[in-house]
Amino acid sequence: MIALIDYGAGNLTSVKKALHALGAEFTVPASPDACADAAGLIVPGVGHFSATTALGQPWRDAISRAVDAGTPLLGICVGMQWLYEGSEEAPDVRGLGVLEGECRLLRGDAEQRLKVPHVGWNALDVSGPCRLLAGVPGGSYVYFTHSFAAPVTDACVASTTHGEPFAAAVERENVFGVQFHPEKSSDAGLRILRNFLELC
Amino acid sequence: MLTKRIIACMDVRDGQVVKGVQFQDLRHAGDPAELARRYNVEGIDEIVVLDVTATLETRRALRHTISAVAKEIFLPLTVGGGIRAEDDAAAAVDAGADKVSLNTAALNNPGLITTLASRYGSQAVIVAIDAKRRGVSGIVSESGFGVFVRSGTADAARDAVEWAREAESRGAGEILLTSMDRDGTRAGFDCELTAAVSDAVNIPVIASGGAGGLEHFADVFTRGHADAALAASIFHYADTSVADLKRYLRAQGIPVRI
Repeated sequence: MIALIDYGAGNLTSVKKALHALGAEFTVPASPDACADAAGLIVPGVGHFSATTALGQPWRDAISRAVDAGTPLLGICVGMQWLYEGSEEAPDVRGLGVLEGECRLLRGDAEQRLKVPHVGWNALDVSGPCRLLAGVPGGSYVYFTHSFAAPVTDACVASTTHGEPFAAAVERENVFGVQFHPEKSSDAGLRILRNFLELC
Repeated sequence: MLTKRIIACMDVRDGQVVKGVQFQDLRHAGDPAELARRYNVEGIDEIVVLDVTATLETRRALRHTISAVAKEIFLPLTVGGGIRAEDDAAAAVDAGADKVSLNTAALNNPGLITTLASRYGSQAVIVAIDAKRRGVSGIVSESGFGVFVRSGTADAARDAVEWAREAESRGAGEILLTSMDRDGTRAGFDCELTAAVSDAVNIPVIASGGAGGLEHFADVFTRGHADAALAASIFHYADTSVADLKRYLRAQGIPVRI
């Protein structure tokens, strides 16, 4: 059973729909205790980094314990950003801190007409073999909608460039994250979600 | 590189796709879920469902249509038409919409943009602007393009560029800009209008109204500075397949997802 973590920001409908289509069994737990029994955890995300404050200490502890016990964790969009130490978007809000670094505002490029927010389909520059992106060739397009992004570090398995490169997908042991929306990225996105579910 | 998006719009009435010329004379064009499936196979980047009669007939967005489309298509889905209050937006989102498009309601109550952006994030809020070139007797406006409402039947007495800027500052994540002069004519997008708005805001601008041939899309991405282009009838009647359009654009050096 996958635990889909709802922290009240935006809507989970499209992630639920994709999990249904992939035949995954999932629940949206009301209490952090459920994390201990979950086969995998998904932290979705839309909206502002500060919304993650709804995941108070009991949730942080439960998610950290599950990750330490080896449970696969996937963060999507703001859910991925939350895996880092923090974000420029809400400097007073701490991230979970399982990955090093801070998320920063993309700068765009006025001369090249690269706007921020970065909205639309952009290509994955896959850096090497990894489990999350198995069967997803480099150059595949996925759907992004965000203004802040994580830096390219050694946890990064695919980067994307919008004026500057940023972390599009990360993978370290049982911790995974995607800045894009796999649930909105057609076949490539569904493949990535299925890869994660197969690890759970 | 961020690609230019091709968006298929389905104007829906009574659960069926219709498309009129300049918002009149609605013709039957098919089942929404069936069309959405075809577009997905052809490589469409995004789908917009507009309840075209909602504003005039005070009906809510077609929940059933949204669910039917959202159930099997894993692409961004926008719903517009009849989103007048927070509850209407919530109903659309619950049915499977990723974004809602506000038009008349945003002009009447600009605070609704901010309310929805706070609740769902700016990425979920599109402000749709129906714009028309001002005649000599029109209200003086900075850009020469005015805003129209109630499916294009009433003058909102606003400047299109100024309203787009305000919508952005209030939390809109994208602007869906329709040229009322070109809508349904297949004479090409209004590139001047599109560039005027796109250059004035930092959020993406979706150009709409007038798509008739492949070259019109190339024009609106180059001369019109559009981030995305939306069309309806050109795709519905299979005059032009999305796949052919994207191959053409790529050959013109315009980045697209293939």
